[in-house]
Amino acid sequence: MLFVAQRTTAFILAVAVAAHLATILFAVRGGLTAAQILARTHGNVAFALFYAIFVLAVAVHAPIGLRNIVREWTAWRGRSLDFALILFSGLLLVLGLRAVVAVCS
Amino acid sequence: MSDVLAVDVWRGAENGQFQAFTLPRRQHQTVLDVVTEIQREHDSTLSYRFACRVGMCGSCAMVVNGRPRWTCRTRVNEVVSGDERLRLEPLRNFTVVKDLAVEMTQFFDKWKAAHGFFEPGTAPEQDFAVVPPQTKERQAADAGIECIGCGVCYSACDVVAWDRDYLGPAALNRAWTLVNDVRDRGQAERLKAVSHDNGCQACHTHMNCTNFCPKAIAPTYAIAGLKRVLFRRALRSA
Repeated sequence: MLFVAQRTTAFILAVAVAAHLATILFAVRGGLTAAQILARTHGNVAFALFYAIFVLAVAVHAPIGLRNIVREWTAWRGRSLDFALILFSGLLLVLGLRAVVAVCS
Repeated sequence: MSDVLAVDVWRGAENGQFQAFTLPRRQHQTVLDVVTEIQREHDSTLSYRFACRVGMCGSCAMVVNGRPRWTCRTRVNEVVSGDERLRLEPLRNFTVVKDLAVEMTQFFDKWKAAHGFFEPGTAPEQDFAVVPPQTKERQAADAGIECIGCGVCYSACDVVAWDRDYLGPAALNRAWTLVNDVRDRGQAERLKAVSHDNGCQACHTHMNCTNFCPKAIAPTYAIAGLKRVLFRRALRSA
């Protein structure tokens, strides 16, 4: 199940990261200031939805990958590892969604 | 070609050291010839394993100059040029019994753990099963069926080196041949047995197993096949 979740979110992230980078390059090229960017993102539902999905995918994808790395490179196993990574997932989710709310609301 | 061959051979178990030997260099000598000559002419206490000498049994596999190989099918000329030394070690990722001989129990236990055995079901077919050779399943099984369990892929696998509980390429390849056996009645248990933290999903697709397999089998593709089947099953059940 973790494998399916990681592969599915990887697919979402492949699209989302590309769109994210393209947006950054576009915004920087036009010489927009932070205030001008925020003026465009405030109240933008599509923007908020896109980044909410992005954050959700990251919160699922990153902890699973990190779990694999920890299992391969250290002796840490079991429920304590799973619990730590659920906390990490929660942290990513809270920080990410907080940023989305700040930029879009 | 030099007249002499300098050989470094691993001696001892996990904690051991290399011992140097010098032998006459011969035109077509195999690495197994070299090991046998050392044991018969230089040091009779050298331990190693072999049986058929012609690439059928797979028991003479060792690490030759850093790469896992069948020593009976490897000529010295293929791995040593000029005055280079020949370095022989036991297979990686196995417990060393002594010198070049390794313990294979864990390797074969993993075949069992991966349900790498035919499951006829409670009521086996009464008649011969007809499996046309051109069917997709039969061809997928054929691609991996010639494995003789030499352990070369297991020795080459980085994931096994990181995680000693990982089932490994040979066991997963065997499981994949059985997943494609239309007569088998133990698919649900087998797929469960290969789908966990130490199962097929742990494979990084480095392809070392496929690169080094002396039988030109591609366990990487077998493992990818298992991942694919499991992915589809998970989506269907969700």
